[in-house]
Amino acid sequence: MAITREHDLHRRRAGRNIGLAVVLVAFIALVFGLTIAKVSGGGALQAYDHSYRPAMDPDNVRFPQR
Amino acid sequence: MTDVRVDVPKAAAPLAETGEAQFGDYVALLKPRVMSLVVFTALVGLLVAPGALHPIEALAAIIFIALGAGASGALNMWWDADIDRIMKRTSRRPIPAGKIAPSEAMALGFALSGISVIMLWLATNALAAALLAFTIFFYAVIYSMWLKRATPQNIVIGGAAGAFPPMIGWVAVTGHVSLEACLMFMLIFMWTPPHFWALALFMKSDYHKANVPMLTVTHGRKATRAHILVYTIALVPFALAAGFTSIGGPVYLTLALGLNLMFVQGAVAIWRRDEARAEADSYATEKRVFRFSLAYLFVLFGAILAERVLALIPAYAQFAAQFHILEVF
Repeated sequence: MAITREHDLHRRRAGRNIGLAVVLVAFIALVFGLTIAKVSGGGALQAYDHSYRPAMDPDNVRFPQR
Repeated sequence: MTDVRVDVPKAAAPLAETGEAQFGDYVALLKPRVMSLVVFTALVGLLVAPGALHPIEALAAIIFIALGAGASGALNMWWDADIDRIMKRTSRRPIPAGKIAPSEAMALGFALSGISVIMLWLATNALAAALLAFTIFFYAVIYSMWLKRATPQNIVIGGAAGAFPPMIGWVAVTGHVSLEACLMFMLIFMWTPPHFWALALFMKSDYHKANVPMLTVTHGRKATRAHILVYTIALVPFALAAGFTSIGGPVYLTLALGLNLMFVQGAVAIWRRDEARAEADSYATEKRVFRFSLAYLFVLFGAILAERVLALIPAYAQFAAQFHILEVF
């Protein structure tokens, strides 16, 4: 059920609630960015779509891996 | 030197009624001014270290080192709420002001400690995280809970906590501790006592009222003035030695020579003054040296960073390499 009546508490805590929201969003963005940086290791990422792609196969002699 | 134990009862006075804290009060609990120095020195350590981190990893490392410093600040404020209430300088901090409950500060301190250490580990390496954990432990337990109320050498040993950030920044990149990291540590470690004792000379009534065994209280102001001079002189070789490693060079050495000369001159001026003269001009020299010491550290770390930037010029890098005679060790 939605809060229909605004209590004084909501007004007084608005600043810290917004601050906390900003911190949490920033933390999520940082962890996401960190994950991408760690997984990619500085290179580009390729998604795996469950079908065989010769270029992603390390044993495929026609597409030597870096 | 004899250590003097002064027991300050934890429940000396009832806490003020806890009111509604704003977001800024929680930020204040993390000591943002200390965090800014931590961010700067850790950033210098991270940027001048050989090797490179992904920019996101570097950003995360700096954020979590700063968060760890903030966590130890919150734990310090929780533990020292009783004496913070007595001292004028600290009486408006969130806990003595009644805005944040001590238990809340403690919980925030512990939570942020855990988050910062684990996240630094994930972002960089285990040694950097271990050093951050030790720094938090050192500041919160060794300094705040033990040394601060137990010995007039509290500032000397406690200064180690503030000296770790550039080393952590360095280790975050390299994964190991080296001579350069140790010299950056020693630079802040040896700088801390004269910096804080200069402050203690003109904030005397505060520490005295709180029964904190600051050197000025236990050994007198004359002895404190002598200690400032001795520690400032002891700082010089470490500041200069850094100039002969891979983080130094001609620009750093020139600035270090000038700044150390000025710092020693200031310390001599403090040492030669007596209380009557100091009180007559409202501790002008002590205040000047205190302000100078802040600039001293900022400029020296700025010079270390400048050397790194200048080394991008091949001709300068070749010239600066001639100064790196300590690298053979």
